[in-house]
Amino acid sequence: MVHSSKSGEEVTAKGSVSQSSVGKGLPRVDGDAKVRGTARYVDDLKLPNMHHGMTKRSAVPHGILKGIHKRDGFDWSQVVVVTAEDIPGRNTIVLIEEDQPALVAIGAPIRHHDEAVALVAAPSRELAHEALTHLELEVEEMPAVFTCEDALEAKVKVYGDDNILKTYLIEKGEGDIDAKLAACDHVIEGLYRTQAQEQMYIEPQGMIASWDEGRCHIVGSMQCPFYIQKAMCTLLGLDAEHLVVEQAVTGGGFGGKEEYPSMIAGHAALLAREAGVPVKLIYERDEDIAATTKRHPSVVRHRMGFDADGTIRAIDVDVLFDGGAYQTLTQVVLSRGVLHAAGPYKCENTRVRGRAAATNTPPHGAFRGFGAPQTTFAYERQTQKAAKLLGMSPFAFRELNMLRDGDSTATSQILEGSVGSEAVLSAVKEVAEAYALPADDENSSVRHGRGISFYFHGAGFTGSGEARLAGRATVALAVDGHFEVRSSSTDIGQGVQTMFTQIAATALGVEPDVVRVPSPATDRVPDSGPTVASRTCMVVGRVVNQASTALRERIEAWARENGFGDMPLRQAATAMAKVEGEIAETVQYAPPAGIVWDDEMYTGSAYPCYGWAACMVDVKVDLDTYEVTIDRCVHAVDVGKAINPVVVKGQIEGGTLQSLGWALWEDVIYHDGKVANDRMTNCIVPTFSDAPEMHTIIVEEPFASGPYGAKGVGEIPMDGPCVAAVGAVEDALSSLARSEGFDVLPVSPEAIQRAMRLES
Amino acid sequence: MNIDVTINGESRTIETEGHRRLLDVLREELGLVGTKEGCGEGECGACTVLLNGEPVNSCLVPVGQLQGASLTTIEGMAGSESLHIIQDTLIRYGGAQCGICTPGVALCAKWALEKEPDASKERLRELLAGNICRCTGYQAIVDAIVAAQESAPETSLKDAKEPGDE
Repeated sequence: MVHSSKSGEEVTAKGSVSQSSVGKGLPRVDGDAKVRGTARYVDDLKLPNMHHGMTKRSAVPHGILKGIHKRDGFDWSQVVVVTAEDIPGRNTIVLIEEDQPALVAIGAPIRHHDEAVALVAAPSRELAHEALTHLELEVEEMPAVFTCEDALEAKVKVYGDDNILKTYLIEKGEGDIDAKLAACDHVIEGLYRTQAQEQMYIEPQGMIASWDEGRCHIVGSMQCPFYIQKAMCTLLGLDAEHLVVEQAVTGGGFGGKEEYPSMIAGHAALLAREAGVPVKLIYERDEDIAATTKRHPSVVRHRMGFDADGTIRAIDVDVLFDGGAYQTLTQVVLSRGVLHAAGPYKCENTRVRGRAAATNTPPHGAFRGFGAPQTTFAYERQTQKAAKLLGMSPFAFRELNMLRDGDSTATSQILEGSVGSEAVLSAVKEVAEAYALPADDENSSVRHGRGISFYFHGAGFTGSGEARLAGRATVALAVDGHFEVRSSSTDIGQGVQTMFTQIAATALGVEPDVVRVPSPATDRVPDSGPTVASRTCMVVGRVVNQASTALRERIEAWARENGFGDMPLRQAATAMAKVEGEIAETVQYAPPAGIVWDDEMYTGSAYPCYGWAACMVDVKVDLDTYEVTIDRCVHAVDVGKAINPVVVKGQIEGGTLQSLGWALWEDVIYHDGKVANDRMTNCIVPTFSDAPEMHTIIVEEPFASGPYGAKGVGEIPMDGPCVAAVGAVEDALSSLARSEGFDVLPVSPEAIQRAMRLES
Repeated sequence: MNIDVTINGESRTIETEGHRRLLDVLREELGLVGTKEGCGEGECGACTVLLNGEPVNSCLVPVGQLQGASLTTIEGMAGSESLHIIQDTLIRYGGAQCGICTPGVALCAKWALEKEPDASKERLRELLAGNICRCTGYQAIVDAIVAAQESAPETSLKDAKEPGDE
């Protein structure tokens, strides 16, 4: 089933929402508060006697902290200063490993610029800011390493003896990959580089911490309340009972509020503990850009061998990510990167090697796409080049090689159902055929080009991750007769509250307006796992659906036993709540049968299912300014089932523009490990004027184990529009510039100029 | 200093230091926290308010400049019962996701349609280009503004203004 929506058309079915609200464009349940400005974000909250916290950061990329000195001539009486010595538990922000300290201790290494060293809190922001300037760090600077390629030489040691944070190897097929490649009619080899990317959520990061009789309460901007709780327990030496983490309305995340909020929560909690009053810690924009995580820069070498007819015979990929100074999530990001590196193509002989190296830059971390955009850029540049070499249409080359239902992936996973590969590509092909690219006028300084990309994205945690997580969700009938969905899935703008409302209302057979989905707090909701990995709808949504069904059956049984069998469910529920009080059903996720994953060999079912997508971008390039204008962007994405088409379209379009921004404009520039463009003025993201009119096509190839057939949609739109845009620029300049000039992101006007110069 | 201003139709005298940012005075002294801070340097537009009917970044306006001015913040955009038509279409078309840019976008869109009721989509994108949204890719916001433009005769856009916006 394919829904096509051109810009300007409302995809919503207008009118009343029936009892099956799944598949309808129900207006966002949090929409009213957001358009009125009454939604309360962390910086909008005030607690009595609240002080303001700030962070003293390192001004060198690598060194030993020798001392922290309070300067004389400043009145310190109203200021609280916290250092590593004040940490009651272990000095670490734990997620996967314990290598990253909450605050650098005296005598310990500083491993990156803008690393947190000390904290201050004062009754006003102004005073806290002034105190920071009177805090002096004594540091013995050491040599540093700034690129992942240099880090491999291990002349400067950042992590262990070799700076290697993680390695992976995926192999498919017998024999030597070099021999397999040598036997091919054609081999294309490319070296691809991608840059760091800032999430640039418009709400900067922030937390408020308060203490009450040994119990710490954290409220703030976040994706994963239970990640924070775990990290805080270690840092503060508390058990989970004494540590409550609550999500405030959150102004965007895109992965950037997956792991870093634990750092800020820890700092706020330490300050509040020392100050004896609540402490609010809100990052300034420049601080947020300089210190928090970004998309991993990458260097990917890709070799693809194929027959004269275009059939791919061998693929060899070497993936290198820059992890920054600490492990954080790097090994998981790299895992997703390598698992997508061979692309959505059939190939019997594949080798993918992955390494992540530590450098003296702030740690890189989660950002929508999570490693896949980097390797997608590489394999789709290769595909673009291969089709061009053979003189094949970009559609024909992909149709010949694409994975279809029943085919085997690079990890030897046999795809069974919900494979929208043909549907997404043919949907884009149809539009491509309907709209020809304008012919270039040789006398004009404008050249037109078109680029195509095709890709997939595994939904949910990798391999056995979901089985290990065993996420739970509760659906309750509250005493007031309303239904409440309780999960740790956070709405960070992607529409979780609306989508869960629709799933629960449909399963319960009630109107959506009697269902509530409150923001999570760790003492009020079960741990459903983190809000990441395109898993919320597919995995947690499934559990919400099951819990809702169980609750409905329980209410129906009660109604029959008590002589209310004919009563509509809503009324029966109200009657039951009056008699029985609150009733709740909690369900734990059980992965679909047949998910077998070998974590040692990296073979088997890497993901329960995949999303599929194709994108076409048309551009014009100005030969005088090398400015690129995007004229058309067509994006077809297989989402299994759109629980709410308006929300799904919003996910696709938002991800598309982030991907186009990464392709053409967005860059994070480091000078000796320090972010040089730490402002929105120079760390730019696309505006209304930069963005094209978008043509979004929702494809639905249902996933049997997802709620109503739904699978993940959050990340896949970030993976591929980038390389379609880059291909379009290359196409526009075809004979005027060298192809290698488009193998490095971003393809800025300066980069285009360099590509042109190479030719002359 | 004492500053006499009309905020969302209500005359007020603010006693404050003239160099303070309008954004801080709104949020901290007047409790109007619907105006958001995204960057503090006039780039993102999240703190947009209408000053004498024109959009400004309230993070860049010293409050001392406001003597005798009329201000509209997001709290003054809707009527007591009903939403402004742009607020309504923003919800229905998916123009608000995380919501942090939404107050600024809504006010700027209101200004844009009052200033140029017949603006093309392309022109609307230019008029709104000072407001950054990272969630939507802008399409749903543009669609929402166009829907408001098409469904609302010029008069109703004006009628929807709050009382104090003269």
